[in-house]
Amino acid sequence: MSTRTLVSTSALNRRRGRIVYRFTATTVIVGFTLIFLGPLYFLFTDGLKSTHESVQVPPTLYPHAIHPGTYADAWTVGGVGRLLFNTLYYAFGALAFQLVFDVAAAYALSKLRPVFGNAIFGLMLSTLMIPATVLVVPQYITVSDLPIVHMNLVGTPEAIWLPAVANGFSIFLLKRFFDSIPDDLLAAAAIDGAGRMRTLWSVVLPMSRPILGVVSIFAVTAVWKDYLWPLLVEAGYSPTRETLNVGITQAAATSPQNVVIAAAAIAAIPPLIFFLIFQRNIMSGLTTGSLKG
Amino acid sequence: MAEQVLSRPGRRDPGRARGGSGGRPAAGPDGGPNGRFLRTLRRHLAAHGFLIGAVLCFAMFSWYPMIREIIMSFQQTHRDKITRQPKTTWAGLQNYTRIIHDPTFAQAWKNTVEFSLLALLIGFAVPFVTAIILNELRHARGYLRILVYLPVMLPPASALLLFQYFYDPNYGLFDHLLRMLHLPTSQFVQSSSSALVSVTVASTWMNMGGTTLIYLAALQNIPGELYEAAELDGAGILGRIRHVTIPQTRLILSMMLMLQIVGTMQLFIEPFILTNGGAGPNNSTVSVVNLIYQYAFNLSGSSNYNSASALGVLLMLVLGVFSAGYLWLSRDRD
Repeated sequence: MSTRTLVSTSALNRRRGRIVYRFTATTVIVGFTLIFLGPLYFLFTDGLKSTHESVQVPPTLYPHAIHPGTYADAWTVGGVGRLLFNTLYYAFGALAFQLVFDVAAAYALSKLRPVFGNAIFGLMLSTLMIPATVLVVPQYITVSDLPIVHMNLVGTPEAIWLPAVANGFSIFLLKRFFDSIPDDLLAAAAIDGAGRMRTLWSVVLPMSRPILGVVSIFAVTAVWKDYLWPLLVEAGYSPTRETLNVGITQAAATSPQNVVIAAAAIAAIPPLIFFLIFQRNIMSGLTTGSLKG
Repeated sequence: MAEQVLSRPGRRDPGRARGGSGGRPAAGPDGGPNGRFLRTLRRHLAAHGFLIGAVLCFAMFSWYPMIREIIMSFQQTHRDKITRQPKTTWAGLQNYTRIIHDPTFAQAWKNTVEFSLLALLIGFAVPFVTAIILNELRHARGYLRILVYLPVMLPPASALLLFQYFYDPNYGLFDHLLRMLHLPTSQFVQSSSSALVSVTVASTWMNMGGTTLIYLAALQNIPGELYEAAELDGAGILGRIRHVTIPQTRLILSMMLMLQIVGTMQLFIEPFILTNGGAGPNNSTVSVVNLIYQYAFNLSGSSNYNSASALGVLLMLVLGVFSAGYLWLSRDRD
């Protein structure tokens, strides 16, 4: 570390500083591992216990007899495979809709500047003041009977995909990024004969990969983590259309404890792998909106 | 929560984003005023073509529900005695008076505010201290950053089902650990005195990673010379935290405070899963959003969208104030 922080390097190099530092560092590393990795250890091992062992008093700290069959039960009987497919389908569908509609809208607002563009942008940002949870009731009623066209989207994937497009934060991030692309570049493309669509596709988008990555990660994790909305619009169909969150919670009421934990563990694997692959992007995306202005 | 972290919407370049043709590079020779008009018209139409998908989605799923919630909160729906058709009439403030007289109403607000305060106490101070310590470490920083963020990535149902298992007073891990340490055991989510705290602990474990990383990034932006200067002036470690770290991160701290209030007051899934439906023993964990859900989608048949909307409007007003505070704080950044 080159930059100076709270404690100076020279203080750390003194004998007393070294001892204090070593003690603190060890405590933090051990403590954090216990607090944050400990529960994950149980998440993955408790599913390997037999039903009897999983509710034994006192609880065992590791499975005394390993039953990988619990995971298989959760996958087939609990239908976790189906739930996983549903969740991925909703998440990537929402991502596709958001990328197409929100990128087009942000491009129009930033570079094409239509009449009322500013007012529309303001209205889009105003939705950030009202968290979606507060609007679930009217949103649900609207989705069950769309105004003018009178379609009922409840139970269809569109009930998750289309509301995902109305994301003021994505529009904001995208527009801010597009604003930073010099107009001269677009003018040059226009002189070369590129239309608006072509300019977006061949000039703007290739430059926007970082922000597209951030928006994509937000879009996928939002669906992956959502609970209330999919509970309202996708629950109660056969074969199930539920998401992992909703499905495993509902199955939990009637399943043995070890199967519940195995199902929870299976549901946790894809996002954890996703995180380990994209952790750099995810963690920098997290601060993109908050710090870098 | 991170999705709401933003800075200074739409102010970057006020002159430029305005509609009209002024900002565009001259289009070369044109076919007189009529041709220019047609071209401008075509340009605006094309631009709105790009906008239409998003605007329709916002209109249907955001703007319209917002207005509709307010309207519905002043209406009443009952079935006509003869035709059995649902009929909607204006109800004035009836929905509001009805929910205010519901004993669960006060309880739900009390729980929500208590949860927010507890969550802030734990979820605001702990990540800040954690971030300060992490920022001083010369080892294992990458590992620790990944560690605190792991729970954030878990599907909330996974984390909460696991905590529900840990919290079980018979075969749960937590009571076992307490027994091993010879500490008094607890009923956790099954007793009204400890349920809300148990909900808060689970929620903090799940969510603190994001906040910690944002603080960490803010700490890394503090110029090292400030610490240098403070140290030369004789400030100890606590003095440096007080006179350098906190003032330097004050803005991000207050922004996160607003965001966390908005986030925690939307408490729903934690009580809903941990206490099987969200009420908890003696309604000790029912939150405002849980109550909205109960009003609107009560399976026992007494569902009432209008009461739910009235409660939704009240929550919208409260959260709107904090969101506005957040946006106001973030206005002079960037």
